[in-house]
Amino acid sequence: MEALTTLTSRTLIMPAANIDTDQIIPARFLTTTTRAGLGSRLFADWRYAADGSPRPEFILNRPEAAGARILVAGRNFGCGSSREHAPWALLDYGIRAVVSTELADIFCTNALKNGLLPVIVDEATSAWLLAHPGVEVTLDVAAMTLALPDRRTVRFPLEPFARHCLLQGIDELGFLLEQRPAIEAFERRA
Amino acid sequence: MAPRTLFEKVWSAHEVSAETADTPAVLYIDLHLIHEVTSPQAFQVLRERGLPVRRTDRTLGTMDHSTPTLTSQVFGGAPIAVDSAARQVAALERNCTEFGVELLALRHAQRGIVHVIGPELGLSQPGKTIVCGDSHTSTHGALGALAFGIGTTEVGHVLATQCLLQRKPRTLAINVEGALGRGVTAKDLILGIIGQIGVAGGTGQVIEYRGSTIRGLAMEGRLTVCNMSIEAGARAGMIAPDETTYRYLQGRPRAPRGADWEAALERWRALPSDPGAHFDREVHVNATRIEPMITYGTNPGMVIPISAAIPQRPGDAAFARALDYMGFTAGEPIKDRKVNVVFVGSCTNARLSDLRAAAGVLRGKRIARGITMLVVPGSQDVKRQAETEGLDRIFTEAGAQWRESGCSMCLGMNGDLVPRGEYSVSTSNRNFEGRQGAGARTLLASPLTAAACALTGRVTDPREVL
Repeated sequence: MEALTTLTSRTLIMPAANIDTDQIIPARFLTTTTRAGLGSRLFADWRYAADGSPRPEFILNRPEAAGARILVAGRNFGCGSSREHAPWALLDYGIRAVVSTELADIFCTNALKNGLLPVIVDEATSAWLLAHPGVEVTLDVAAMTLALPDRRTVRFPLEPFARHCLLQGIDELGFLLEQRPAIEAFERRA
Repeated sequence: MAPRTLFEKVWSAHEVSAETADTPAVLYIDLHLIHEVTSPQAFQVLRERGLPVRRTDRTLGTMDHSTPTLTSQVFGGAPIAVDSAARQVAALERNCTEFGVELLALRHAQRGIVHVIGPELGLSQPGKTIVCGDSHTSTHGALGALAFGIGTTEVGHVLATQCLLQRKPRTLAINVEGALGRGVTAKDLILGIIGQIGVAGGTGQVIEYRGSTIRGLAMEGRLTVCNMSIEAGARAGMIAPDETTYRYLQGRPRAPRGADWEAALERWRALPSDPGAHFDREVHVNATRIEPMITYGTNPGMVIPISAAIPQRPGDAAFARALDYMGFTAGEPIKDRKVNVVFVGSCTNARLSDLRAAAGVLRGKRIARGITMLVVPGSQDVKRQAETEGLDRIFTEAGAQWRESGCSMCLGMNGDLVPRGEYSVSTSNRNFEGRQGAGARTLLASPLTAAACALTGRVTDPREVL
């Protein structure tokens, strides 16, 4: 996992609530046996018409989307299926953080396991960001802050161990493997 | 000791180490179910790190998501038509052989949808922790297990260590009282609950379904209720084990036997929430008010009684967009809307009682002209039992297609798709845009309602045909 300490980027806005993982990456693209290459399928059914041509009105097809690494979405983003292909597709496209008032549990867990930062903010901050598409903001993982262009800073919650892993660029498997003596003791007790 | 909930009892019995301010709990997993779509990348991690599967005896593989349902492709020697599905099936076979994991492969007599076969084999048991790389793992909570869906990275964690790092979720009691009316099923109940608490109403929480209505449900109905906990955003859904649970489990192929059964019963009887146990939140549901339910929008919370009109929400752009996708108008009745496809299947509603319910409506009748109806049993075992009872004949004589088991048209990975723009009344669990195929329009309902719609070719209240 690639470490993430701070991230400064313009935002990309998707205001709809309840954007589900079937929209993020439709099931017919879950056919890979690797993690790479899903970025071109991200939001495929909103992004492309039935004939495969890009829909010009969709945010990812607009010039201002180019290079944006922070997605600001309506509440309950990532609901539905547990497919880790959703964060894989977002990361492969270039998104490194998702900001919302609420993120679905499994999506949030999957995101953190892959270095995609989930940022939960209050209604007012979310509403402001959604009303100001493309502003440049800065995320600071160590401080757990989101800095807005008007110099306001809002804090967001981040599970301490996930934060540690993000900052160090390490995955959790190493930690779990180190628990082996405790796991063996548990298995003897059980 | 302070009174504890069912969830707290199962959780604390599986803590290898409790959570601290800096680290999550290390939670031991009793049963890990794997399938072909969310496991390949996890096995690859094991391979890269030179790790074995820690407990092959606690791991079981099946194939369901992308597998064909046409008999010719499952048993007849015809190649699997969808190339990517064929690759995933082959990858799972290879991975299970290499790592020594038991696999109920494509032609195995006990293969089926992962959330159907766990309970059916008697592997899903009260008090167990059960995970699978699939969000509908919440299903197994109907037996009093703590069961939840995980992503592929976590599949790798469990394969390698039999453990997960977890923060303890909050608890939500959903108390359901009152009798379900005629034609109202467990599916209608859970759709009604999701309509009441919303698609994010359970986020960060483990639901315990309680009350006289839940106690009165048969095991298969309870599985349907817990299955859709994730559609309310919940981490898991649980129902306390009782005599219904024990009767269901006793004698199943992998349930405990003899003295082990007696010992298990003693453990299981201690699991239900203690009187006075505290839940972080409680919700009350009056079951007598629930009618046959049907969804009209693009998430499972957009649900109404089948006799009601589609709601009006002026100024709500997302709502308008959803209705536009569905081709519906706010304020119009949903009844009598045209239907093109009917799907009876999925981990939500493809057990024997579901097939009996649908067959009961169709017995001796024909489905409407122009309707495509797929009946896809939840497992090969369900299929055999249904055939023993002659349900397959009822379906085929009515004009429906009778298939091999699998997830099929619930998510359309295997090529069983609803054509663009068409309306599907489906007993599955998600009506998201494109879920059953690009541009497909899904109306979620019970098997009774789905069969009633197949008869008339229109959205039909099952009480009119019962």
